[in-house]
Amino acid sequence: MPAKKKKGIQTVVFENPPVLTSWASIVGPKEGEGPWGGDFDWILEDYMFGEDTWEKAENKMLRETVKLALSKNNLEPDDAEILLAGDLLNQVISSNFAARELGMPFLGLYGACSTVAEALLTGAMLIDGGFCERIVAATCSHHHTAERQFRFPTEQGTQPTPSTQWTVTGAGAIVLEFLGVGPRITSATIGRVIDMKQNDMTDMGSAMAPAAADTIKAHFHDLDIPSDYYDLVVTGDLAKVGMAILERLLVREGLTPKPNYSDCGVLIFDESQGVNSGGSGCGCAACMLCGPLLKKMVKGEINKLLLVATGALMSPTASYQGETIPGIAHAVAIENY
Amino acid sequence: MGMPNPDKLKKVEAEEYDTLVQQLKPKPAIFKNCVWAFTVGGLICVIAQLITNYLLVSGMSGTDASAFTSVIMIFLAAFFTGIGIYDELGKRAGAGSIVPITGFANAIVASAMEFKREGYIFGVGARIFTVAGPTLVFGFAVSVLIGLIKVFITS
Repeated sequence: MPAKKKKGIQTVVFENPPVLTSWASIVGPKEGEGPWGGDFDWILEDYMFGEDTWEKAENKMLRETVKLALSKNNLEPDDAEILLAGDLLNQVISSNFAARELGMPFLGLYGACSTVAEALLTGAMLIDGGFCERIVAATCSHHHTAERQFRFPTEQGTQPTPSTQWTVTGAGAIVLEFLGVGPRITSATIGRVIDMKQNDMTDMGSAMAPAAADTIKAHFHDLDIPSDYYDLVVTGDLAKVGMAILERLLVREGLTPKPNYSDCGVLIFDESQGVNSGGSGCGCAACMLCGPLLKKMVKGEINKLLLVATGALMSPTASYQGETIPGIAHAVAIENY
Repeated sequence: MGMPNPDKLKKVEAEEYDTLVQQLKPKPAIFKNCVWAFTVGGLICVIAQLITNYLLVSGMSGTDASAFTSVIMIFLAAFFTGIGIYDELGKRAGAGSIVPITGFANAIVASAMEFKREGYIFGVGARIFTVAGPTLVFGFAVSVLIGLIKVFITS
């Protein structure tokens, strides 16, 4: 049987576009103080969330976000067929342990900070493929768990560079259904792993920008749509450095990024918040989507959104062994019908 | 003319990309960072000198005063790490607060605090020198080497 829902080389177009029926976001205190503080469902007072370790707090954030997203539709975790989730920690523990407590059938994903798009496109394919009717796509990150895993102990006095990014403390969960009311996922482009031999562990934007350019180019090429088709093309967490590079790369590919292009890592914080290049982490794209972006879609301020979540597939072990940092980006088109 | 070598093409592409990255990447504020490092690093040394002078005036011998000063400075760095101030200082001062002995204390205390949640054996015990470890290992190695050189010269 031919793959009739595939278009071009790496894009899928949904026959019955799955519906985002509800969603929820939880963010940390710093994100709450940012420019979109009023658009998130829940702002944590501190980084511990009533737990005794940051890892447990991150797990709880994911769990509570999934429950909150379902409860908006008066649903319980048992009512969803699959949880698709991932995070940044080794062995994706935040997701695994959240799934343990939620008791839902679970597929763990790892796409670094691109996870929200990976979960959404996988879920959309499962639904449009006729395998299930309701899934939850979720992801999270926590500033302190990421710092200690990828960088230094948090109390160590290290100096950040201007390209350093601040890992977002935040979680986002989306209920995706075959039937319902809400914006729909119309198509998705599965990204390739692109490595342009960048090896600066304090600069993820430069490592990820080529992957974002590759996926965006593939998306427009596969679907054969004009570069101003979307009201907003938003990348996950390229931040200021990566965004500036991507704009150049897109122009080279004959796509015009302005004025409908932005980046969640640039948007989520204010310049004055001391985040250097901007935000990063799975939670960055996830809570911007499940907070302000989908809110704008419901209001009709955005009708066609292309979310290009970006991930730096960085491993400290591999970097110390001399490996470079590969990047990946997945694109999900969300449209009001 | 044969086909272009794909590996070579990839290398050229990566080099071109790196040129673009270096163009667009903001440079660290070197002058500002140097002023901060000089001021903070200098202040730490002045504080240590004041302590030494005080100890000397109090009648302590030179060697003892130096040792006590180090102990006091290490305590202060550990204390300010514990209450969450030293890392804020380090963000601005960079090498100014990393290079003095206080920076070394900060690296050890920060690791101890960080890994306490994994318990005293596999957390604090196993990982307290995660950051400071290289300094210790190579510090010891060099001290042994210098000791050996001294033995050869004096014998």
